[in-house]
Amino acid sequence: MNLPIYLDNNATTPMDPRVLDAMLPYFNAKFGNAASRNHAFGWAAEEGVDYAREQVAKLIGASEKEIIFTSGATESDNLAIKGVFEMYKDKGNHIITCVTEHKAVIDACKHVEKLGGEVTYLGVKADGLIDLSELEAAMTEKTILVAIMYGNNEIGVIQPVKEISAIAHKHGALFMTDATQAVGKIPVDVNADGIDLMAFSAHKMYGPKGVGALYVRRKNPRVKVTAQMDGGGHERGMRSGTLNVPGIVGLGKACELCRLEMDSEAQRLSALRDKLQASLTTMEESYVNGNTEYRLPHVANISFKYVEGEGLMMAMKDLAVSSGSACTSASLEPSYVLKSLGLSDDLAHSSIRFGLGRFTTEEEVDFAIEQTKKAVNHLRDLSPLWEMFKEGVDLDKIEWAEH
Amino acid sequence: MAYSEKVIDHYTHPRNVGTLDKASNTVGTGLVGAPECGDVMRLQIQVDENHMITDAKFKTFGCGSAIASSSLATEWLKGKSIDDAMKIDNMDIVEELALPPVKIHCSVLAEDAIKAAINDYRIKNGMEALEVEKSHH
Repeated sequence: MNLPIYLDNNATTPMDPRVLDAMLPYFNAKFGNAASRNHAFGWAAEEGVDYAREQVAKLIGASEKEIIFTSGATESDNLAIKGVFEMYKDKGNHIITCVTEHKAVIDACKHVEKLGGEVTYLGVKADGLIDLSELEAAMTEKTILVAIMYGNNEIGVIQPVKEISAIAHKHGALFMTDATQAVGKIPVDVNADGIDLMAFSAHKMYGPKGVGALYVRRKNPRVKVTAQMDGGGHERGMRSGTLNVPGIVGLGKACELCRLEMDSEAQRLSALRDKLQASLTTMEESYVNGNTEYRLPHVANISFKYVEGEGLMMAMKDLAVSSGSACTSASLEPSYVLKSLGLSDDLAHSSIRFGLGRFTTEEEVDFAIEQTKKAVNHLRDLSPLWEMFKEGVDLDKIEWAEH
Repeated sequence: MAYSEKVIDHYTHPRNVGTLDKASNTVGTGLVGAPECGDVMRLQIQVDENHMITDAKFKTFGCGSAIASSSLATEWLKGKSIDDAMKIDNMDIVEELALPPVKIHCSVLAEDAIKAAINDYRIKNGMEALEVEKSHH
């Protein structure tokens, strides 16, 4: 077992060696520009891209013509939201999203607001899921787009995508989803799920960084987005820029591997995750954040009350995890996702996200359990709050000097 | 962000973790920070009849830098008179631990905790509380 152990697979994943192998020829022998239509170098590159497009489409039940390659999910989110807003502005100017979205979606919506758009930010219930009746109530004649993420990056909860898309469609709006955390991890089918636009990226599913895709529906209805970058009119005019051929080939291979191995991988990872979670929650005052029934198989977000997340991570020095604590940020604000679940700031500061992945072994999980427990106990020995809690002091009744 | 060696040393081997009897007249207790902000420090001093600090203990809820700042503070407090201890400046802690700008608030909190502990002792023993400049962090 090599240390440190990587348990931050929601931030990024290591590349699968099989993906690297698929990519390598496209850095040298097949270096051509996929848009060079009149010689063999271009054809070889184009062939790689076409094959990748099929691999990507197959994973999500789409047609290959519906795949627009981008630089990653952030670009895809921006293209979808700003592009739909611009394309459909004669129809309406209202977009509905939710407060736990990734910043790429929230900030793209903020941008749209500056351009005269109206955006509704739905809250979430304590388990992290949106309330469908709130969505229904928020729909107006001017609603052109509902943008709700598939699986959440911090707590892993899976939104009721089918129900959401049905509500959007009933009111004549498009449904877009940021599925960066879900694609390749759980079955995602654009037709069964009623998805009109979907953003995802390669590096969250064992592919390379710097490449992703936007799914744009072509039939029932035919969806269009206004390009956000001017240039050579690549990707059916929606995304100009010379194609990142090695990256795209890598994304394609990563999608193929996920499609073939998803079922067994999800089963294995959820068993490991459940073991980790069950063991860590035997500790006093530890709480799982977010819905545990509708959740990605490889994620557990746990708060260890009375210890601070960043301090805790420092004690878990052989584990690479992440925390909802924002002690490093200038604002000192903890995770907005955890806060939107109604978690008090102190519990948000005390959270650790464990993100398992394809290369996580049971031995590593066992080690992580031991080291986490040791770290929590060490930090609690140092914590005045833990001591007060043990003495029966009601911490809510203390007048803290806010700073 | 990497931590300095001194922060790691104090964090891994914190000095003077513990609790003194806060009801005792010879003990001053400072409890500063707030759980919502992600750091709470409790610093205690044991003071003799000559107003010398003979012992200091801390417990801290917070990041590594907060823990290191309070651990260092207890080391510095021991053997000082309460008047000299009042002069400990947060920037001394920043310098000693090589804290980056985003962690300066941890040192400010430690300074606040020292002053709160001294004032708690002073009030208990019939002395006037010293004015503490309200720090902004």
